[in-house]
Amino acid sequence: MGNILIVAELAEGKVRKGTLSAVTFARTAAAAIGGTFDILVIGQGAAGAAAGVTGFGAAKVLTAEISSCKGYVCEHFAPTVAEIAKGYSVVVATATGFGKDLIPRVAAKLDAGYAADISAVIPEGGALTYRRPMFAGNAYGIAKLTTPIQAVTVRQSEFTAAEPSGGSSPVETVAAQPPSAGADRIEFLSFDQVKSARPELTDARVIVSGGRGVKDKFESTLGPLADLMSAALGATRASCDAGFAPADLQVGQTGKIVAPDLYFAFGISGAIQHLAGMKGSKVIVAVNKDPEAPIFQVADYGLVGDLFTAVPELIAGIKAAR
Amino acid sequence: MKVLVPLKRVADPDNANKVKVTADGKKVETTGLEWKPNPFDEYAVETALRLTEDGTKPKTRAGEVVVVTFGPKECEITLRAMLATGADRAIRVEAEDDQLDGWLVARALKKLVEQEKPDLVLLGKQAVDGDTNQVGQILAELLGWPMATSAAMIKEDGEALLVGREVDGGVINLKVRLPAVVTVDLRIVAPASVYSKLTKADFKYNEGVRFAPLPAIMQAKKKPMAVLKLADLATDTALRIQYPRFEPPKGRAAGKKVKDVAELVDKLKNEAKVL
Ligand SMILES: Cc1cc2nc3c(=O)[nH]c(=O)nc-3n(C[C@H](O)[C@H](O)[C@H](O)COP(=O)(O)OP(=O)(O)OC[C@H]3O[C@@H](n4cnc5c(N)ncnc54)[C@H](O)[C@@H]3O)c2cc1C
Ligand SMILES: Nc1ncnc2c1ncn2[C@@H]1O[C@H](COP(=O)(O)O)[C@@H](O)[C@H]1O
Repeated sequence: MGNILIVAELAEGKVRKGTLSAVTFARTAAAAIGGTFDILVIGQGAAGAAAGVTGFGAAKVLTAEISSCKGYVCEHFAPTVAEIAKGYSVVVATATGFGKDLIPRVAAKLDAGYAADISAVIPEGGALTYRRPMFAGNAYGIAKLTTPIQAVTVRQSEFTAAEPSGGSSPVETVAAQPPSAGADRIEFLSFDQVKSARPELTDARVIVSGGRGVKDKFESTLGPLADLMSAALGATRASCDAGFAPADLQVGQTGKIVAPDLYFAFGISGAIQHLAGMKGSKVIVAVNKDPEAPIFQVADYGLVGDLFTAVPELIAGIKAAR
Repeated sequence: MKVLVPLKRVADPDNANKVKVTADGKKVETTGLEWKPNPFDEYAVETALRLTEDGTKPKTRAGEVVVVTFGPKECEITLRAMLATGADRAIRVEAEDDQLDGWLVARALKKLVEQEKPDLVLLGKQAVDGDTNQVGQILAELLGWPMATSAAMIKEDGEALLVGREVDGGVINLKVRLPAVVTVDLRIVAPASVYSKLTKADFKYNEGVRFAPLPAIMQAKKKPMAVLKLADLATDTALRIQYPRFEPPKGRAAGKKVKDVAELVDKLKNEAKVL
């Protein structure tokens, strides 16, 4: 028995869509333990963003304005989250950069066990167990937390974004707590944002991804196909490290975990760390000139050939087929 | 600057697809896989070395780099390898992997930090066996120190560090005064990612981590390696997370090869129905 607290993530004054994965988790978990869930909207402009999550069935939506720093700094957010979470059994966020930074520190304040980046919640005898990928997704652990309060982050690609359920949760304002010890030694300077007109990788229905084989022709080669398919661009570590694609586009064990309906892999060898981030895609297409490339072991449709001829042909072919 | 680097050894991450969940589901078997330093921790060691030198004379340390691992005796091979690449001292805390969780490692590290008094604790952002990404954050909270996770850039700036954190949608730039906890991401070992206050602004490192020259491997045998008991550092050894069972991943059937783009378009349209 107990209730669940969702920590929402803000970007540009709005709750990020990723938060709706934590809502999906909370609906299942609350039903299993016979409780309800609340959503905490925290950050700069929290009150204005709350309206975005009042239609999802939360018992209440809490807002906490953080004005002691200019952007997200864990030391300024964690004390407030932890103070509020004291009254709950589970505190959860989506496993984005924000959630993975904040939730373990909140857990530390609450002496809570932490299940990171879970792919499923499994009710067992009135308690919750958590299924989480380990070894780059090559094994799954079924985890039990032994503490009264439990901290969780959920994998966005495995918990589909919740749909609104109607109704309107009441909104309450809560006071921010003073920052953590040591916060006087940390200062937010700036956020260098990567701007893109394309959908976010974690939201996209189609992803056009490129590896080292695409060289520095990322935008000129893959951009037109991405636009045709309303797709997000993705990349491997090798192409991000080489500066061919922005770091933000990296798909993999340590980049974004994605599961679109359609994933194109061009000039990607298929290293374990890359597969860990895209194996869950519904349909995988791979184009690689090396017939032995491991990417073909997971691709539904593999084409052995040169991507620089295949991509333009594919664009023409898709246009003709539509 | 004195830097403490906690380092875990993991089953060879490039062959992670060879790990096996035992038939009874009780264990993940990694036998047959070579032990390797957790790549992010190797990057943390490289970062610590870069922060304690001027780049051009890697043998002259402006500070101290201490590596620590929690694990059985065989981990000393990994620690020696780090001593050979330039770390000054090593500490092994005797423990078996299944006695540990992130919380316990963090609690014990807190005690060790109180003893060693480093200016900076540099960790990997995650150990790629458990893929948990928590020890640095918990440690920072227990110490009451500021933290910066997923650092892709660190520049020493007087008594502070300028840190660029890789997050969704870009890079957050922070200024952190020491002592602090920093966890590192992949791109921290790019040529122009880490500058100590002694490094010239136009200096570029080789991509990746440095390798130990043969004489250094010999010398590393003489560098100090302390062994501590887990009980010396933590009284509460209860685990906060337990794994009663494991499951193998759902396999993905290998698909088919298509002969040309025309066949691919046809399949995407008529079979997969995704166009
Ligand atoms: C700790 C750690 C974490 C990592 N995390 C990630 C991660 O999150 N994501 C990730 O992607 N990687 C990650 N990696 C790196 C990973 O191991 C691989 O090095 C990387 O994925 C390789 O990228 P690639 O496929 O682009 O390059 P390569 O392996 O070099 O492959 C390039 C491919 O392109 C093909 N090719 C070349 N030219 C053409 C052409 N004209 N037409 C068609 N095909 C062509 C080649 O045949 C080759 O198969 C990680 C590594 C480590 C150690
Ligand atoms: N057994 C261990 N020994 C030493 N350091 C560890 C150990 N486990 C985790 N760490 C450190 O904590 C970081 C994060 O690990 P984790 O939170 O387990 O993903 C690693 O990159 C290491 O720096």
